[in-house]
Amino acid sequence: MISIQNISKSYGDVQAVRDISLEVKKGELFGLIGPDGAGKTTLMRILMTLLIQDEGKATMNGLDVIKDYKKIRKIVGYMPGRFSLYQDLTVEENLNFFATVFQTTVAENYDLIRDIYVQIEPFKNRLAGKLSGGMKQKLALSCSLIHKPEILVLDEPTTGVDAVSRKEFWDMLKKLQQKGITILVSTPYMDEAMLCNRVALMQKGNVLTIDTPQKLVENYSRKLYAIKAKDMHRLILDIRAYEKTDSAYAFGEFLHVTGKEDEVEATEFENYLIKKNHTDLLVMDHHPTIEDVFMEMM
Amino acid sequence: MKEKVITVKNLVKKFGSFVSNDNLNFDVYQGEIFGFLGANGAGKTTAMKILCGLSAPTSGEVKVGGFDIYTETEKVKRNIGYMSQKFSLYEDMTIAENIRFFSGIYGISPKDRKAKQEVLLKNLDIESAKDSLIGSLPLGWKQKLAFSVAIFHDPKIVFLDEPTGGVDPITRRKFWDLIYEASDRGITVFVTTHYMDEAEYCNRVSIMNNGKIEALDTPENLKKQFGAKNMDEVFLKIARNTE
Repeated sequence: MISIQNISKSYGDVQAVRDISLEVKKGELFGLIGPDGAGKTTLMRILMTLLIQDEGKATMNGLDVIKDYKKIRKIVGYMPGRFSLYQDLTVEENLNFFATVFQTTVAENYDLIRDIYVQIEPFKNRLAGKLSGGMKQKLALSCSLIHKPEILVLDEPTTGVDAVSRKEFWDMLKKLQQKGITILVSTPYMDEAMLCNRVALMQKGNVLTIDTPQKLVENYSRKLYAIKAKDMHRLILDIRAYEKTDSAYAFGEFLHVTGKEDEVEATEFENYLIKKNHTDLLVMDHHPTIEDVFMEMM
Repeated sequence: MKEKVITVKNLVKKFGSFVSNDNLNFDVYQGEIFGFLGANGAGKTTAMKILCGLSAPTSGEVKVGGFDIYTETEKVKRNIGYMSQKFSLYEDMTIAENIRFFSGIYGISPKDRKAKQEVLLKNLDIESAKDSLIGSLPLGWKQKLAFSVAIFHDPKIVFLDEPTGGVDPITRRKFWDLIYEASDRGITVFVTTHYMDEAEYCNRVSIMNNGKIEALDTPENLKKQFGAKNMDEVFLKIARNTE
């Protein structure tokens, strides 16, 4: 459905996207996962025909992003990185505006957006600029769907949004996927990667790897421990000072620790830390998360 | 007993008839890492602006760094640091120029500035980049620099507004190492974040919902109180309660 072949793009000296190739299958929910500066937005703007690549070729449902840009714009829905709807129009006015621009009506494709729109309908006469972050997202999503696009491109739709709204948003995406829409979404939140069918981990213009999140986690080759103790701050300093530690990072209430060799046992860490007078100590084997995978690859 | 560096009593902020902060009461202690959480629209930003002296309350008592927010606003500003995801340093000035600029604002003498600048650059291991434009630096460096500049004048309290948004996972954690160091030095850190794992790194966390503070305690106690495995669950239980 989306085909990207050796796409490169630079802004002056900065290479935003370096020779990227990937394919998104029809009906897939595909994630571009990576921090700021990874190239996600640049790539999406190229696909949305808003930016022309320096090198390479890309097609959306077989249509070339340069030659067929007008046709592509009719079949794709887009939610750019920043709220870009009309702040001084109401919720209802924004929706009507986009429907008109795409030469349709709100009524025509209402069942596609109903589940989303009902949540903001009570505020339909409120100016879009006065909505909370979560509601702005829902409105932007509704507007991007109003013309029943085949492909939905969402650039960091959950950045700056609280944990509850984030979960709700992904539930909505899953439902849209079930209606047959191909979805390309970018996010810096590693936990959201798990919700995609396949992901591309990106950093500094490069793709590090492409696979299902489950396979990425399975293929993580290091032995990982989760460790906690009463004094977490001292714990991380002590673990990092231990000669057998390779990496130690905070993950909420646990530290994720790898040993210099995978043969370093839990008991070795335990004994070292007990000698350092740590109390309430817990050292456990731990299954890696996408974040562990990403950090290993960085 | 540690000193209270922020005291908030019956804080109310209204915009017309809309009550954004509905009778907030809380204290923050010296050296604490205090997490200030809440869903979008809960009233966090409004409260933070008030604490930074950028907005006046509708009613209630607020003291920051021992100064009254109504009558000693400028003293408040002089004694706090601030950093957010959206603004940190001036992109079109160099590291050294930014430090000079902020030193001027906070009244740090050139002699002190030079000494402190050396320490800062050494700590962050970026001595070679001191004449580089901020705009040319990787985001991770910018974040760390912004934080270091925010506490350059050794404020009592530093306010961090979603400082790690969009940053890669390793840089995010290195940033928290800096927060811990500052807290060890006695600087109180008041931080908001949407990353629930970061909530675990705080000494105490408050969670706002619909203008009120619905929970305030250590992460450990909050998890017990709400029967939750982690802070993500605590947050979900509180935020979903009012829907």
